Amino acid sequence: MTRKKRRLYILLLCAIGLGSATALTLTAFQDNLVFFRSPSDIVRETPPPGRAFRLGGLVEEGSVQRQGEYQGRPAIRFRVTDGAHAIPVVFTGVLPDLFREGQGVVTQGMMGEDGTFRAREVLARHDETYMPPEVADALKRSGHWNPAQGAAPPAANWNTLDPQRPPAGQRSGS
Amino acid sequence: MENAGSNPRSSGSLHRFANPGRFLRLTDNWLPWLSWAALIVLGTGIVWGLWLAPRDWQQGETVRIMFVHVPMAWLAMGGYMGLAILSLMSLIWRHPLADLTARELSPIGAAVTALCLLTGSLWGKPMWGTWWVWDARLTSVLVLFFLWLGHAALVRAFDDPERGARMGAILALVGVVNVPIVKFSVDWWNTLHQPASVTRLDAPGMHVDILYPLLWCTLGFTLAFMAVTLAATRAAVMERRVRALQMAAARRADAPGGAMRSVEA
Repeated sequence: MTRKKRRLYILLLCAIGLGSATALTLTAFQDNLVFFRSPSDIVRETPPPGRAFRLGGLVEEGSVQRQGEYQGRPAIRFRVTDGAHAIPVVFTGVLPDLFREGQGVVTQGMMGEDGTFRAREVLARHDETYMPPEVADALKRSGHWNPAQGAAPPAANWNTLDPQRPPAGQRSGS
Repeated sequence: MENAGSNPRSSGSLHRFANPGRFLRLTDNWLPWLSWAALIVLGTGIVWGLWLAPRDWQQGETVRIMFVHVPMAWLAMGGYMGLAILSLMSLIWRHPLADLTARELSPIGAAVTALCLLTGSLWGKPMWGTWWVWDARLTSVLVLFFLWLGHAALVRAFDDPERGARMGAILALVGVVNVPIVKFSVDWWNTLHQPASVTRLDAPGMHVDILYPLLWCTLGFTLAFMAVTLAATRAAVMERRVRALQMAAARRADAPGGAMRSVEA
């Protein structure tokens, strides 16, 4: 065996060892590496009051109310849902531009005694679809997609869509 | 090379330039071509991305940060894979040019990763509502940045450049485990960062009017990355050659009666 070959085999062996060690570590950390917990996680295992954590999900349709006061400032109340369960959230402060009903959010705060999540911070998530406003309008108008009900349909349907025309097979007139 | 036949002490180091010398001659014409191609592609890419491409339906004009952010992220990871290949060449075949290129590549890679983090931060504030969060994607890219920086520092930390190159190569190869973590962090764990739009198995989640300028800008930044790396590596080869000649001249001056033949400058 030449020296080059031996070095190659040593490196391969190291790679296998390092790779499996990393894989094992990551598998062990799988549950601890979450950035936020879903409402279903919270219902299954409610964190004790006073313990801060992040709650993530979609802002439930029609749940946003701007009335009343929270900590002496105007309150924003909404519910965060993952489809199966929903958790009421109260927040005061500046919301990110993307915050709206049906949008993904990650809120940080703690559970109150009344089962309402008291958020200190609200961050918006957005999905991985990018399209011109005209295409989004055309998709919504044609009934192909309701942003409040989840992600856009597979991009193969629309990524060559001409913004000026509605999708094929749909009624004309814009 | 023309220096063959000098005494054994210097022939070892001069032999090392056999390959870099050929590299210099071979790449003599590449640099202007690469630079002009990068300038033209990036120039048109700026116009295409900043003016001609449409807004995004939910992010508005802010989406244009993507045309810098995403190429920088891809270059940070792709460049790191390049560094890993150079490290393999260095460790297995003891390729001297691989050592030099890796040494010049890591500061450029660190700069690209820093730009990725900066533009991402500027994008995150208006869209997510925060400059930074410790989610899996952002944290793993920060680790990638530190790997680039660590490699750049480590290869320069030894008096013996060969030893530094070997340590750097080992660090670079160990750091490769981070690359799939960066790539798949958004799929394995829930993160604030959204999943991949382009590099995924099904169709890109992006309208072609946004996708094409993104790919065009990526081509431009990749050409620029290659041009800068090539220029830096050529400069390093020439610098080393100058230093070898100076050393040889100094040795000749120290030992006039030595067996060493003159080295043409």
